[in-house]
This record gives sequence, C-alpha cells and structure tokens, in this order.
Amino acid sequence: MTTYTNQGNNDTRSGFGDGLTELGRINPNVVALCADLIGSLKMQTFIDENPERFFQIGIAEANMMGIASGLTIGGKIPFTGTFANFSTGRVYDQIRQSIAYSGKNVKICASHAGITLGEDGATHQILEDIGMMKMLPGMTVINPCDFNQTKAATLAIANFEGPVYLRFGRPKVPNFTTAELGFEIGKGILLQPGTDVTVVATGHLVWEALEAAKELNDQGISVEVINIHTIKPLDEEIILKSVSKTSCIVTAEEHNYLGGMGESIAGLLSRTHPTPQEYVATQDCFGESGTPAQLMEKYGLNKDSIIKKVKLVLERK
Amino acid sequence: MIEDPSLEKICTQIRRDILRMVHKVNSGHPGGSLGCTEFFVALYFEIMEHDTSFSMDARLEDLFFLSNGHISPVFYSTLARRGYFPIEELNTFRLIDSRLQGHPTTHEGLPGIRIASGSLGQGLSVAIGAALSKKLNNDPKTVYVLMGDGELQEGQNWEALMYASANGVDNLIATVDLNGKQIDGSTEEVLSLGDVRKKFEAFGWDVLELNEGNSIERIIETLKEAKNKLGKRKPVAILLKTEMGNGVSFMMNTHAWHGKAPSDDQLEIALSENKETLGDY
Repeated sequence: MTTYTNQGNNDTRSGFGDGLTELGRINPNVVALCADLIGSLKMQTFIDENPERFFQIGIAEANMMGIASGLTIGGKIPFTGTFANFSTGRVYDQIRQSIAYSGKNVKICASHAGITLGEDGATHQILEDIGMMKMLPGMTVINPCDFNQTKAATLAIANFEGPVYLRFGRPKVPNFTTAELGFEIGKGILLQPGTDVTVVATGHLVWEALEAAKELNDQGISVEVINIHTIKPLDEEIILKSVSKTSCIVTAEEHNYLGGMGESIAGLLSRTHPTPQEYVATQDCFGESGTPAQLMEKYGLNKDSIIKKVKLVLERK
Repeated sequence: MIEDPSLEKICTQIRRDILRMVHKVNSGHPGGSLGCTEFFVALYFEIMEHDTSFSMDARLEDLFFLSNGHISPVFYSTLARRGYFPIEELNTFRLIDSRLQGHPTTHEGLPGIRIASGSLGQGLSVAIGAALSKKLNNDPKTVYVLMGDGELQEGQNWEALMYASANGVDNLIATVDLNGKQIDGSTEEVLSLGDVRKKFEAFGWDVLELNEGNSIERIIETLKEAKNKLGKRKPVAILLKTEMGNGVSFMMNTHAWHGKAPSDDQLEIALSENKETLGDY
C-alpha cells in the first residue's frame, strides 16, 4: 500500500487563494473579480498586492460573468470568485452565451461547492453544478481534492486557453497530495494500484477513498484508487486501463449522481467497456443544515459508504 | 435630410441588404435593423477608429458590442459594406454552414463580432469589461454598446448600470434604441420602462437624448458630444429615439415587423422605396 500522509487539515479554497496570490506575482494578465465574498474566497492577499487588477462587483453575479467576458478582450485572464451555487445555476445563461459560446478565456472559480458548505443549508449547497458546467460545449471542469491540488489547479488554468469551471469547497480537509504526483489538466492520477476493484474519486471524496482502500486492504480486498480532478475532458485511458484489470468500479463524488463524474464514467463504460458500477453520490435530493461531517455521513458521502459500495459492486462482478 | 450623400447612399443600400436578407430566408428581424441603420453607419463610417483587418483584442481601436443581437441584419450588412468580410457573404444569412448566424456569434469566426448576443441583457456588462480592459492596458480608445429598449426589462442591465457609475467607467458610450416597441406590442403595454432618462440619471449616468434618432447628421453630432463627455469619471448614455422599420413606409409606426420577413410583393414595394445605390450583393 502506498501511504499518503495528511500534512495537516486545510481548506481547498485557501489553496485557490494561495494560487491566485502567486498568479498575481507571476502573471500580469491575471485579474480577479468577486461578488461580495472576498473573505470566503481567500482573495484578500491578491487584492492587497494588485488592487488595480481586482474588481469588486457587488452582489451581481450576472454582471460579473459579463464583465469577466469583456475583460478577456485586450488579453486579460479573469478569475471570477463566488460560491458554486452563484457561479453556475444563477448565471447559467450568462456563462453559456457570453463565455462558453463566445469562447472567452474566463476562469469561473467556485467555492463552497457541495454539501460540505454545511450549516447554511440547501439554498447554498449546490449538488448540480458539475452537471450544468460539463454540459456546456468547450467548458473544462476541474474539481480538485485538497489544498495542494487546488493551488496547482489554480496555477495551471491560468496557462490554459479557454473557459474553465474550477470547483472547490469550504471545510478544512486532509491535505495529502504531493508535488511528485503532479497536476496536468485532463490527466487522472493513479493514487493506489490494486486488482479487485477500481474506485474513482474526485474532490473531498478522494481522501475518503484512500481511507476506504486501507480498510478494505486489511480485509483482503485490493482496491485501485484513481483521482479524477478533471471531470471534463475525462481521462478515459486511465479508467479503461483500470477496469480492464478489475472489472468493476465505484465512483465517488460530492454531487448528485445525475450529471456528475459518475455519470460521465458510466457513459464512457457503456460505450466502450460495460462494467458494473456503483455510485457514491447524492441521490437526486437537496441537502440541509448540519456540520460537514454529519452531512457527509447522512448523505452517504464518506469512507463507510465507499466500503459498502465496493462490497456491493464486487458481488456484481 | 441627410447632408452627406455618401452616408445617405450607404444607409439606403444597407436597408436594401436588410430587406433582401430577411426576405430570402423568410425570417429575421427587419424592424429594429431598419430603425438603427443610421446609427450603425454613423458609428462604423464616421465615428469609430477601427481596423477592418480585425483582431479580437482591438488594441488601440474603438470597439462596438451589439447587445440586442436580433438586429443582426443591420450589423452584418454594415460590417460587410465597411469591408470586414465580402458582401456576397450576406447571401448566406441564416443558412446552414454560414458565419452569419441568426444572432451574432464569435463561434464561426465572422470578422467584426466580438461577443455572441441574442439572449438579451448581457451586452452592457461585456462592454464594461472591455472598457476596464482598455483602462488596464492604458488604451485611450472608446467602447460602444447598443441595447434595445425592451431589453432594459432584463435585470442584468441595472446591475451593469449601477457598476459603471460606481466605478467611474468613463471610456464607454452606451446607446439605447428607444423605438418603444417589442415583440408583444409597445414597451408601454408590455412593461412600461417609465422615465428611462431619469432612471439612468438616478443610476449615475450622464445622459444625452436624441429625438431625431434616424437623422444621420444628428446622430454623428450626438456621438461626438458623447465623446466629449468621456473621461470625467461618469459613464455616458445616449437615448436614441428611432422609428422601427424606418425607410419602409408600411413597416413604420407598428411593432408588426419586429421579427417578420416581407412577402415577395412587400419586398418589391420596400425596395422601390430604397433604390440600389452601391450595388446589391
């Protein structure tokens, strides 16, 4: 077993903030916009260091998406910041027409994604955003798993031409990825080789998948763990290679099973390599108030759920 | 009366282009296109400093965004007649495999288009972004945007109006085509806009009003006046009162021609009122 060490709990949104700060220092074309959530998005250092390259838009997300689109004309690389809910559903048509269809180089950076937003409840917990964004032609969708990967993704998308949806979260979670793992847009990461079952995880569920693999290994089940951070375009090769060996798969994500990463993988497998699949995802429902840990437990988005689904899928092999 | 004969000729030819384009495919939006013909000619043939070889970034160029994308016929004809692309391409309007989509788009790479529009209410925000980009680049040129009046019913415009004045976006001239008409009837009947001037002023804009919105020389004067108001920490708007369907007798004074093409007979009458000046495409 490969061992991953938690370098200390940290929030993925701070990874974004750190990445943005670094971009401010190295890339003069990077500009940032925010819709009244500077603190939540960890944008303050970028703003302090580059006040002329920051635009406080106010609580007006539609206008923010339009302004971001316009800023690309003249060579700027705009990073918009607000909660995932207000980054997607609220402004879907603005993103669709003024950014995606218009082919603008805007980076839509979305914090507080998923149910781990916690106590604010379902009005703010979006579980449909990956689906909405992956449906847009030309949109790249990235959902990093920890502080380090979110920072790496933030740096990477600045050098990538085209619209990107970067999704991250609120709570402090284990920070375990290392520089050696690397980060390349569109390339999955094989975290743990195994032979009995493939577990593909994204976002906050990746650490849970590694924990599940450890426990299952003790029970004599060999789990291959793959981290898919780029949901679109999907790294088909790494998934197909794995299931050709294991012949069954569990997908794990903090998102509705409809429209999520699991759905993309199911589509891939049904077209090319039909494989029994179980989903760790929310079941077409809204969330509710609670602590992140309570919610992940109640909605079946943790290590225990992954273990349960692995056992289920092994029976279907 | 139009004083500059060359601009007058261009307007007449563009009206013919609009009519022939929408007639051919029996779809499209002639009313607002005809109403804004003089504005487009003033902007593209007189006011803007721009390069028809076209670069998306428009460095050290004035640039224009069309927010009410459904008046694409006048936009396409103006761009073609100004030299952005061959006038013969107007023949492909709304046809399969064309760069001249029903509503303007960057997607097919048509020179002169910098944003997709059609879903209303988004152009002013985009124009503000481009204006901010120019400021960051120390580019002294001006950003223009045209919006419809019915389009002001979209809330995003008011977010953008608030932003531009609060942040002193003063390298931007937003024109509203106040023709008082939209698909379902007059703007008064559908959803009254109230006093647009007072609303814009209350949102912190410097507002010019032009009642003769189909007089090319008055439009040029007003655009020049608007340019003189730039650089004073205040965004500038022009409320342009136009006649929908202008130049075609039976298309004026009604909202009926917002999105309807003329029949063969109607086209003949309309073209007889607008004789060929620069050669049909």
